[in-house]
Amino acid sequence: MTESKFEFIQGNIACAKGAAYAGCSFFGGYPITPSTEIAEYMSGYLPRNGGKFIQMEDEIASLGSIIGAALTGAKAMTSTSGPGFSLMQELIGYACIAEVPVVIVDIMRGGPSTGLPTSPAQSDLLQAKWGTHGDHPTIALVPNSVEEMFTETVRAFNLAEYFRTPVLVLGDEIIGHMREKIRIPEPGEMEIIERTVPSSDGVCPLPYASDSGKPACLPNFGKSRFHVTGLNHDTTGFPTMDPEIVARENERILAKIYEQREIVDSYEEINCKDADILMLSVGSAARAAEEAVKTLRKKGIKAGLFRPVTLWPFPKDQFIKHAERAKYIIVPEMNMGQLKTVAERFTKRSKIVPVNLVNGEPISPEHIISVTKYLNI
Amino acid sequence: MFDYSKYMRNTKLPHIWCPGCGHGIVMKSLIRAIAKTGWEKDDIVVVSGIGCASRLPGYVDFNTLHTAHGRALAFATGIKLAKPEMHVIVVSGDGDSLAIGGNHFIHACRRNIDITLVVFNNGIYGMTGGQYSPTTPDGDRSSTSPLGNMEPEFDVTKIAEGAGATFVARGTSYHVPQLDTYIHKGLEHKGFSVIDVTEACYTTHGRVNKKKYPSNIDMLKFQRDNAIPISKAKEMSEEELEGKIITGIFCEKQKPEFTEKYQKIVDSFSGGGK
Ligand SMILES: Cc1ncc(C[n+]2csc(CCOP(=O)(O)OP(=O)(O)O)c2C)c(N)n1
Ligand code: SF4
Repeated sequence: MTESKFEFIQGNIACAKGAAYAGCSFFGGYPITPSTEIAEYMSGYLPRNGGKFIQMEDEIASLGSIIGAALTGAKAMTSTSGPGFSLMQELIGYACIAEVPVVIVDIMRGGPSTGLPTSPAQSDLLQAKWGTHGDHPTIALVPNSVEEMFTETVRAFNLAEYFRTPVLVLGDEIIGHMREKIRIPEPGEMEIIERTVPSSDGVCPLPYASDSGKPACLPNFGKSRFHVTGLNHDTTGFPTMDPEIVARENERILAKIYEQREIVDSYEEINCKDADILMLSVGSAARAAEEAVKTLRKKGIKAGLFRPVTLWPFPKDQFIKHAERAKYIIVPEMNMGQLKTVAERFTKRSKIVPVNLVNGEPISPEHIISVTKYLNI
Repeated sequence: MFDYSKYMRNTKLPHIWCPGCGHGIVMKSLIRAIAKTGWEKDDIVVVSGIGCASRLPGYVDFNTLHTAHGRALAFATGIKLAKPEMHVIVVSGDGDSLAIGGNHFIHACRRNIDITLVVFNNGIYGMTGGQYSPTTPDGDRSSTSPLGNMEPEFDVTKIAEGAGATFVARGTSYHVPQLDTYIHKGLEHKGFSVIDVTEACYTTHGRVNKKKYPSNIDMLKFQRDNAIPISKAKEMSEEELEGKIITGIFCEKQKPEFTEKYQKIVDSFSGGGK
């Protein structure tokens, strides 16, 4: 047995190493704080290991280049932050409808616009879900530690390849830049999912046919002369305006993910079972929430934390279970209430208490605890 | 007779293009040029953006990718870099490649990546109903220049050459044998090649400029009467060349190609990678 490998690294580097572990062989990107370390790492790692890195002329081109690379069979990724993520929106929709697996890492910063380039925020939680036009499936993972930057990036590739869809990893400046000691898994220790490709001859007459809800196999350019388009298409991949087929296919790309929740869902529950005060929080804000829960418990207050690791699709059944019995739902987040809109949607009885901070500073446990003073518990 | 059916997805015809549209002429020229290379169909990718011209990939029997408006070269760059053994061809309208896709255009030229770009330059946004494009001639009417186009036009060949493309040519949909040659040379050229094709959209452009182009045929005659070979153009003044279409090969040079350069670095690590 080889000895476990521990490394004291930044979240962004853990993300890049997770990508490498998952078999990423193509990176196209454009520099932007606070995500740039990911591109920098990949620019050295990939050419040394048989892969390719390219710095494109903007973020639209970055996403375009990785979709192109993915269609040749590569596991492909890009990384960015708010302004670049905004530019990518049109092509995120393209990857959804054309069913091309790619991983997009967004290390969130303050906004709108150039905002606070070097400060943390959770500004893109809803853009991730609703940014591109048209109904489309969204998978977004929100790590809250350096270790999760590694493991969630691996999971992002697995989900992308399995579902043939873009998968988003939403880090933030704190998670991206802080350093923690993590154990790098041995090769083979974490499961790596490879996309389903056509059998031996590479030919696949129906690249968009769904087989019992499972995503169809994706041929590689160069093996099967198939057609890929962002227009609505039928199972052969060619454009159609037949209302029946359009409806069926639009529903299928949603259903392939939303009906396989057991594969997508991931969340952490800390002291949720008997919680009077339930916190709903993700990413770095959830670290403060976890501390706040510990402190409140010491004081005898029944507090708990529900932390979606897969934010989209939102693990609503699990959240509702805890939310139904809690008196208060506290939603700490580094924006003006994006996650709160989700809590509102799924909470009938309990009172929602927002905790928002958009000044570029991290939310502190004390800040969260301070609002509990006014609660009737 | 040349057998197009071998290269077409025959069941996908008829195409969407209007009778008399220049795009069909250029597509056939492209197919003849591809045939001349002898390349395997499996090894060819044809990529486009959005627009009438960009519907071409759906009709031809290669690996085909119809992307988003303006972005074909970005997707193509990813394909070529990830799989350099593929022959990558981009077909794109003038709006697609020069307006919304202008940034990708100049950077693809700069990288000298081995992709062939054919600009289906009809000087108008055909698909959206005839708005002026970066190559609409001065004074021409369009649905968004009802008083005549007031913006100067791009010279595709000058931008391409200035930005670093290593093969640049211009042909027209009237001078078809020359066009075949230019496209074929562009395909065989190692590096980024641009073939700017002056062609016409009577439906949205000619029809609203009846004085200049009384009929569809007059748009072809316009090409016939105004094309000046580059050798002759060199002896003419700027005033004499006003409104003319200069045709020929503008530049053809050998420079290191991007994906080859990159592959050499990758190969230097393979085996004992560190
Ligand atoms: C982002 C975006 N903006 C605008 C459009 C609308 N649009 C579709 S095709 C087109 C212009 C097409 O003109 P051109 O590229 O010259 O090709 P042609 O139709 O003349 O062949 C436009 C503006 C779009 N599809 N996407
Ligand atoms: S509108 Fe113009 S460019 Fe489009 S198909 Fe018709 S003639 Fe061709």
